[in-house]
Amino acid sequence: MSTASIAALAADLAVGRTSAVQLAEQSLQRADAQRALNSFIRLDADAALAAARTVDADRAAGREMHPLAGIPFAHKDIFCTKGITTTCGSRMLQHFVPPYDALVVERLARAGAVSIGKTNMDEFAMGSSNENSAYGAAINPWGSARVPGGSSGGSAAAVAAGIVPFATGTDTGGSIRQPAAFCGITGLKPTYGRVSRYGMIAYASSLDCAGVLARSATDCATVFDQITGFDPRDSTSVDRPADRTADALGQPLAGLRIGVAREYFGGGVHDDVAARTHAALRELEMQGAQLVDITLPSAHHAIAAYYVIAPAEASSNLARYDGVRYGHRSMDARSLDELYSRSRAEGFGSEVQRRILVGTYALSAGYYDAYYLRAQKVRRLIANDFLGAFGSVDLIAGPTAPTTAFRLGEKSGDALAMYAADVNTVAVNLAGLPAISVPAGFAADGLPVGLQLIAPAFAEARLLNAAHQLQRVTDWHLQEPAA
Amino acid sequence: MPLDPAAVRHIARLARLAVAEDRLEGLRSDLERVLHLFDDLAAANVDNFAPLAHPHDQSLGLRDDVVGEGDRSDELLALAPSAQGGYFLVPKVIE
Repeated sequence: MSTASIAALAADLAVGRTSAVQLAEQSLQRADAQRALNSFIRLDADAALAAARTVDADRAAGREMHPLAGIPFAHKDIFCTKGITTTCGSRMLQHFVPPYDALVVERLARAGAVSIGKTNMDEFAMGSSNENSAYGAAINPWGSARVPGGSSGGSAAAVAAGIVPFATGTDTGGSIRQPAAFCGITGLKPTYGRVSRYGMIAYASSLDCAGVLARSATDCATVFDQITGFDPRDSTSVDRPADRTADALGQPLAGLRIGVAREYFGGGVHDDVAARTHAALRELEMQGAQLVDITLPSAHHAIAAYYVIAPAEASSNLARYDGVRYGHRSMDARSLDELYSRSRAEGFGSEVQRRILVGTYALSAGYYDAYYLRAQKVRRLIANDFLGAFGSVDLIAGPTAPTTAFRLGEKSGDALAMYAADVNTVAVNLAGLPAISVPAGFAADGLPVGLQLIAPAFAEARLLNAAHQLQRVTDWHLQEPAA
Repeated sequence: MPLDPAAVRHIARLARLAVAEDRLEGLRSDLERVLHLFDDLAAANVDNFAPLAHPHDQSLGLRDDVVGEGDRSDELLALAPSAQGGYFLVPKVIE
């Protein structure tokens, strides 16, 4: 088990107390010792050690080193890695070896960070428990009968178990924040467009966002600063200067107005989770933040709008998997049409098929106006709620998820119960805002609770600073599950 | 709203997903439940609101129309389950 921060590891590397090779070996050993978590789809010891040796050689040669140089980490298996199988949690891409690296992969490699493998995830990022992975469910390090959350469940479990200090993730409706909350770590979903999606396998393109899961806000800031910035290869990449968030973590909270959204403490939220969230907010208040009760009147429409828009976009994005150009191909198709429909039926799991069908329905003749167009108008209402609220507050807060990590199998047979777990996270994606889940202590069942903070677009620095100030005076993020 | 088996077949056909007959009823009731969730949208008052397709209402970036990457067709064809002579192979379409 290792809970050392990126900065502490970087300091050890700088003075020669450890080496990149040693850190990579330790991470690989921990991953091996914790195979039962199933947090990895693939470990790449040879590639990791080769990359680590290069970093050590560069350091020995006196080159200037990035703060991430030699730090082991893992990529969610949704990011294309050149020459390394990238499955996206799907049987469809079981043998897919991308001919190029995603931007996020490029940027972290350029910094000298050492990827030890690819983490488990819900198939095509569709899920909130990691149970939809074609490679088996990942397990929550806080309880062997509990889900780690999803879809970035493997990334969250690997960080929580101390295998790696950080991991990449993606968030379409909560897929970074909810597993971060369930696993007791910190998860940053940046503003839509802040991190290039080049080489990130698409689910719902107007919502998908790359981000980071780590132990602390400081570590999230270090990684975020390295992966953010304009990239002409992603047409939705935002062309504006990226301020270094790591330099903005020393701001006092005096005068910061935090809107406590009434709707985020609604019916489905367990009392225990609500109590822990309020306790964390009181810590921020004691540092000078001002808590303001606010209301987001359209929040209760977010689940319905999200589960129309995301599947609609997915049905279009996933049309590319046709059994012809790459991915799984059915062996017994007699016609081109059968080739398409059988390859897709064999390659996609049940939740992916469900969302494709729902999305196809929502976009089909006769239903487009009632479902898709209407959902997009509701999306406007939800975005306007946030705009209105941010007229009088600087951040918005609530519990990240309504409950602590649920049991494996508890919701996997009931799509609607699973969707309801996303009630507090999906609106953020619909509005394209940055948000973070920060550990807020433990519920009576011993499982971690996450506090979600939401900021206006492009205010990642404000978000990370508030999270950091909380972590300066609390130690919830430093707690470790029993090995 | 109720969903009949013919509608499910139609949607599956549009989505190019093969559905075995014995799975049809299960899928139908399953989809019907999910679609029921969307009834909630009808309750929202959206009369004077424009649809929001993109979170920042921004236009997509444009780039100059020049070749960035060279010809990578060999690398890409190597990913295909079946390819020959620079082409993707599919079952015979014209008898």
